[in-house]
Amino acid sequence: MTIALSRRGFLKVSAALSGGLALEFSFPAASAVAAAGAAATEVNAWILIHPDDRVVIRIARSEMGQGSYTALAQLVAEELDCDWAKVSAEFASPNESVRRHRVWGSMSTGGSQGVRSSQDYVRRAGASAREMLVAAAAQRWKVPAAECAATRGIVTHGPTGRKLRYGEVAAAAAKLAPPTSVRLRDPADWKIAGRPLHRLDIPDKVRGKPVFAVDVSLPGMLHASIAQCPVFGGRVANLDAGAALAMRGVKKVVREEGFVAVVADNWWRANEALKRLKIEWDDAGNGRVDNATIATMLREGLGAAKLPQARSMGDVQAGLAAAAKVVEAEYESPYLNHATMEPMTCAAWLKPDGFLDVWTSTQNAESSLAVAAETAGLPLEKVEVHKMMLGGGFGRRGGPQDFVRQGVAIAKAMPGVPVKLMWSREEDMQHGFYRPASVVRMKAGLDADGSVTAMHTTIACPSILKVLMPNSLNREGIDFTAVRSFSDMPYAVANQQVDYAMRNGHVPVGFWRAPGQQNAYYRECFVDELATAAGKDPVAFRLAMLKDGDKNRGVLEAVAKAAGWGGALPAGVHRGVAVADGFGSYAAAVAEVSVSAAGEPRVHRIVLAIDSGYVVNPDTCRAQAESNVVFGLGSILYQEINVKDGRIVESNFHDFPLPRIAEMPKVETVLVPTGGFWGGHGEPAILPLTPAVCNAIFAATGKRIRSLPLKHHDLRAG
Amino acid sequence: MLKLTVNGRSRTVDVEPDMPLLWVLRDELDLPGTKYGCGVSLCGACTVHVDGEPVRSCTLPVSAAVGKKIVTIEGLADKGLHRIQKAWIEHEVPQCGYCQTGMMMSAAALLAKHPQPTDADIDATMTNLCRCGTYARVRTAIHALAGNAAAPAAKKA
Repeated sequence: MTIALSRRGFLKVSAALSGGLALEFSFPAASAVAAAGAAATEVNAWILIHPDDRVVIRIARSEMGQGSYTALAQLVAEELDCDWAKVSAEFASPNESVRRHRVWGSMSTGGSQGVRSSQDYVRRAGASAREMLVAAAAQRWKVPAAECAATRGIVTHGPTGRKLRYGEVAAAAAKLAPPTSVRLRDPADWKIAGRPLHRLDIPDKVRGKPVFAVDVSLPGMLHASIAQCPVFGGRVANLDAGAALAMRGVKKVVREEGFVAVVADNWWRANEALKRLKIEWDDAGNGRVDNATIATMLREGLGAAKLPQARSMGDVQAGLAAAAKVVEAEYESPYLNHATMEPMTCAAWLKPDGFLDVWTSTQNAESSLAVAAETAGLPLEKVEVHKMMLGGGFGRRGGPQDFVRQGVAIAKAMPGVPVKLMWSREEDMQHGFYRPASVVRMKAGLDADGSVTAMHTTIACPSILKVLMPNSLNREGIDFTAVRSFSDMPYAVANQQVDYAMRNGHVPVGFWRAPGQQNAYYRECFVDELATAAGKDPVAFRLAMLKDGDKNRGVLEAVAKAAGWGGALPAGVHRGVAVADGFGSYAAAVAEVSVSAAGEPRVHRIVLAIDSGYVVNPDTCRAQAESNVVFGLGSILYQEINVKDGRIVESNFHDFPLPRIAEMPKVETVLVPTGGFWGGHGEPAILPLTPAVCNAIFAATGKRIRSLPLKHHDLRAG
Repeated sequence: MLKLTVNGRSRTVDVEPDMPLLWVLRDELDLPGTKYGCGVSLCGACTVHVDGEPVRSCTLPVSAAVGKKIVTIEGLADKGLHRIQKAWIEHEVPQCGYCQTGMMMSAAALLAKHPQPTDADIDATMTNLCRCGTYARVRTAIHALAGNAAAPAAKKA
């Protein structure tokens, strides 16, 4: 991996046998071309070609394990038609992006959008470069380009059979004007895309190479550990740093409004000194907030008059009044933390010449750049953000950028010295941007045949967008992430109303894998309740409400078939099902669960069916399905973030446990791409997972799971 | 001054005897492959071998490792890639990859002790946490390394 240090110099991160960073500075470089090595030619912003045919593909989106680093390279390579064995990838430079008018487009990596929102222009970049290479070869031979064709990195002149390698014509190709239009390949003809190729980032990761922000090592670098006000929104009132400053290796104590950081020559020393600080915090009046006050706030929202409506169809009151049977239920969910394995980290170096370099694990390098520049008081052009591999993201490292603001503030206090801030696990657990806690009331009417004729849903939930992306609230002030799965429910119910009570507490909320995913849990468990009330099979009941051609129908049928729905099960094992769409894709799940006599639930098998339109790398798509299962499973079984005295109760993996290998169910993923659209894979599978498991628990115990996690439910028989 | 043997090399470090081995490796010896995850032996991201035993280096005082053979991910293979690293690539185990160096060190220790581990052996010893959820592939890769009949065939790319 090569990382551009700045426009004027480059830092090569190579993995020396020592495991350290070998620093190689070279000056000056006139353009980004040199970033990939002096001999490579930039054919266009996305593609560099070496004389020996090695191809470097620039990736604008972040890599956090989801695999789009490789999938996007596959799409470019497919259209470029080069030799995949010679392809490597590197991150596009955010600083160059500023200078080159965002030539790589958005760097934001969330919402399962990495592939689906950039597939068109990255494929065009590949196709355009291929045509330029063909044209350059044709010029060399003085023949019409139409007589030439390219495949696997070689241009061939049809009539004479002459051949030129891409590496031989890249320099000439780069001087040509790009074609005004290109034709993209039909996915049915893909040779590189669509295949389960090995991921490009894995070899470095298994070698333990320094690919993460926590691994950054720079000459004379110091380390920082941070203590933020335990009550959100509070500030430092008084600080006695005397004992900390006297400790070995401690260089400085940095005090800002909301945090104190210790800078030392080793992270452990910084963190030990941090424990010796005497800090008095001003809690800004939030010191009495706890689970009970938050629950009261949300429940007040459920009963509030004149709420904005996220959906209104027909006449829900009339529909309910005319119903033969009315079913009503309230569901709720707690706050949840992302708990990425790599804690929040930012290394920053304010250099004597006034240029700021930042190394961080970010889901949005452009946001990181903007926050770093603002904090440092520098123009964007004088800041570079080096995109590192993320040790997990799940939505935590996109919008907030709090760690970048802090890292740069600390570097400002240590001018000329690179400082790497890494949060302790405890800070990471207690200063998240949490999955919102929410409460939902659903009321539905069934006619005499057991068909749903009306459904009224009221959602009380803090708004993620209100804080992180206020311009994205709709005109009525509705946060689509808070109402999804209800505002766009695919079931044919004539009378529907969805009310939204935005109730924001002081606990910061953020995008947690598949933001709004708790609504899929509520809806699909409630639909199961309706199926029971109607005396119908849960799959048949759903299918009856889904129109022909609805892709939710396709995945539901596919999962029922793959799971053997209705077939025999081992003794004590029970099934649940759910379906939901989101993030551009459609997903359905069948869970097989047992509950022991002691009331212990065990998830044995999850079958998933996913329709994402196209599949660029089926193996990474399956890996994402497995990932969603484990990520969801922890939140189903035991994870919760509790609030007491204005602060978060949980502090580490003992009280916010993650599933271990022994709890891993068998996961079978059926990919059923129907073509014609591009859906995501990082998040959709978690949508049906939670309700499928909870519906299976009902099948096993007769108990409806209207709140999570399961550890609070007595699942013993009787 | 403390003398350590890390990845077959003799290293001298000037640190407090109670500094956890993890921070000696990461911040003093520039061996960043071993990761911090929790600091309290819960997650296993910091797993290294000390005299062949898997140890959570975030809570092991460096003084306790003096005179012992310390092996980190950077030294797992004598040269090139260790067979575990190859299997991890072949079975496409890592996602974000952050926990995987510790995961591989645990797997190497397991296979050294139990060349053909059962699922129960794997469940009992592979207690490393992975937030991405790579567990199914970890199991597959271990079974493949053990030559267990139950192991699914390697993926053909």
